[in-house]
Amino acid sequence: MRWIWIDKFIEFQSGKRAVAIKNVTLAEEHLHDHFPGYAVMPETLMIEAMAQTSGILVGEAKNFQEKVILAKIKKAVFHDYVKPGDTILLEAVIESIAPEAASTSGKITLGDKLIAEIDLMFSHIDQNLAGKKFPEENFVFTDTFKSLLHGVLVDGAASGTPESEQNR
Amino acid sequence: MAMSRDEIFGEVQEVLVDALGVDDDEVTAEATLMGDLGAESIDFLDIVFRLEKAFEMKIPREELFPAESLMNNSEFVNNGKLTDTGLAELKNKMPYIELGEFENDPDINKLGDLFTVNTIVSYVDSKLNAA
Repeated sequence: MRWIWIDKFIEFQSGKRAVAIKNVTLAEEHLHDHFPGYAVMPETLMIEAMAQTSGILVGEAKNFQEKVILAKIKKAVFHDYVKPGDTILLEAVIESIAPEAASTSGKITLGDKLIAEIDLMFSHIDQNLAGKKFPEENFVFTDTFKSLLHGVLVDGAASGTPESEQNR
Repeated sequence: MAMSRDEIFGEVQEVLVDALGVDDDEVTAEATLMGDLGAESIDFLDIVFRLEKAFEMKIPREELFPAESLMNNSEFVNNGKLTDTGLAELKNKMPYIELGEFENDPDINKLGDLFTVNTIVSYVDSKLNAA
């Protein structure tokens, strides 16, 4: 299944930093079971949201030419619950990027409150796995994923980051 | 940046504790990264990134952990063992490594055992002193 788990980017500095938001709603079916009578966003899905935020940041840094796969959760610390009706802010920063992999750090906040710290590692799989061959087309970054960047990257208007434009 | 070997070991220990989720006392000089500390392939890249930050140095791809490029080359590997050319290449690429028993039985499955905490310390030491 391909799915998008963040709602939009509100900042995007190419190769450096991205901020996305996700609105949490009771329309998400799993919240009725997690837990009955006490809906909280599963922590695994907070990691997924951060993986998408960071992963798109890493993918865009190489112009979506690499197949970027989540390879390692370096750190995942949760400080508080997220509930239906909350809008969480996901901030991802590229710590290191090399031809074969990238490492990111991330924070999830709700208003002023720190919800989680999630640091990840991504592999550029064509550069790894001992020369194993993968399909030509980039099955990671489909057009649906890229559509998340419309507006925030195209003219840079929403990013407010002239320096990122110079790098492009 | 002048650092003693003990200081380097301390930093390396911290890097490995963070990267591999192991305890301080597990990270001994002789501990092997894969066998004793449970490192997997992506962990090696994680370690490289963390070392680059900790020691403010650039570590070129394959310089610290050149095993993969060796193993993918038929000139260097034959029948699951490193050839003489392969062994020579390994020594050439990693002059700071202690081959010991491996030289008599260069089974590529044992290649992982060559990478110990000491290997990293020696590598960083050689980089810092060369600079």
